[in-house]
Amino acid sequence: MTHTTEHAPTRAHPDRVHLDNGGRARWHPLARQAFLQAVDDGWADPRRLHTEGRRAAALLDGAREAVAGVLGARTEEVRFTHSHTTALHSAVLAAADGRRRAGGDVVVSTVERAAVLHAAHDAAATHGGRRVDVPVDRTGRVDPDAMADALASPGVALAALQHANGEVGTLQPVEDVHARALAAGVPLLVDAGASLGHVALPPSWDLLAADPADWGAPAGVGVLAARGRVRLVLRGPEDPEPWAPGGVSVPAAFAAAVGLQAVAADREAEDARRRALIDRVRATVATVPDVEVVGEPDARLPHVATFSFLYVDGEALLTELDRAGLAVGSGSACTASTLEPSHVLAAMGVLTHGNVRIALDRSTTEQDVDRFLAVLPGAVARVREMLGVGGL
Amino acid sequence: MSDEQAAGPALVDARGLRCPLPVIRLAARARDLPAGALVTVLATDPAARHDVPAWARMRGHETAGERRVVPDDGAEEHWALTVRLGPPPGRAS
Repeated sequence: MTHTTEHAPTRAHPDRVHLDNGGRARWHPLARQAFLQAVDDGWADPRRLHTEGRRAAALLDGAREAVAGVLGARTEEVRFTHSHTTALHSAVLAAADGRRRAGGDVVVSTVERAAVLHAAHDAAATHGGRRVDVPVDRTGRVDPDAMADALASPGVALAALQHANGEVGTLQPVEDVHARALAAGVPLLVDAGASLGHVALPPSWDLLAADPADWGAPAGVGVLAARGRVRLVLRGPEDPEPWAPGGVSVPAAFAAAVGLQAVAADREAEDARRRALIDRVRATVATVPDVEVVGEPDARLPHVATFSFLYVDGEALLTELDRAGLAVGSGSACTASTLEPSHVLAAMGVLTHGNVRIALDRSTTEQDVDRFLAVLPGAVARVREMLGVGGL
Repeated sequence: MSDEQAAGPALVDARGLRCPLPVIRLAARARDLPAGALVTVLATDPAARHDVPAWARMRGHETAGERRVVPDDGAEEHWALTVRLGPPPGRAS
């Protein structure tokens, strides 16, 4: 039995099936329990010297040590930040600044998270370099040779490559790229925001960022780890905690650590269970007419599936599914506040409209997936009918 | 003037339309044209630049050009995306 089934809470909304768990998942029961415990025991300011403050500090230290244990890092190499986004921003800016004498260029894959792309742009601009974008193939995977060539060029301060892409599930060749980065003397930032807690993390990173909200812990805290050998220069107003000015929430950090230990403990069982469900989703969705199931079919996250339906308005499809009790994600422009579609789908050269993304949580059941697969084809057909696209 | 324009490609004006409408208008026009014909779609929607080539690939057509158009008359900037049609589905060998 997994932690999930042992501790599964009664769903507050049993009629809803939530399949949009990438980057923000239902709290893991043990993370929730840890959070409540830390609200009682760790509410005080951990920088104060009284008993209550020291109790909070002990929870925070324990959390840091626990996260380091799962990452295979030393405790002092791990820092909590205010969010995953902040961790990415700080990692890029501080590592690029620390290596400004080597050059100003920052090498990234085109499917990195927007926070990495924007920070890389800013860091490069500050140090007179440029952001070097390395393209991906149709599955969203970067070519390790192209990445290696780019990062071995003169003037590169830093390279960034995600462990897996959270939008399409594709795993990146981080071990190969890290070996080449090491040979070139360029630090590699690995964004594990979509992968930590879902697949095994190789030790091939110099800087690493992770997202507790993705593994069922609270949002409002992020993880940044940096190997001791990496030179970091973080600019900003003086603060005793420069990576999280003012300090992080002790309950959030404690819950993040307990949640991470919980998902690490049942990771292999949950990988097998969810991979089998996603295999079924990919095979069944592929039988809907005019669909592109995107992302690497094998070397991928176990819990993510993404597909685009030709001639389908993504917003209309999401609304149709939501009405049927199913929450899903999308990278289509028609569903975002911006006009721009997902830069990941665009970089892969796949259809960006009519896009649906699902990410299964540990609490997602086989019945949930059955219900999704039963509803989806009819919903697609109705949306297409509204647009009158029969015969195209 | 480009070769496509000299040859007189069919024109689909999808400016001002949001995804997936530019691709739908393009597909509707393509249905009535023979294999080898060129069709150009004008679109202000940034998704069209990615979705027109993806549609072409899925339908066995070929992307034949991509141009950013900046009109001097103050009209909105847009993409001119040209596709060379492949054999119609069902008749493809």
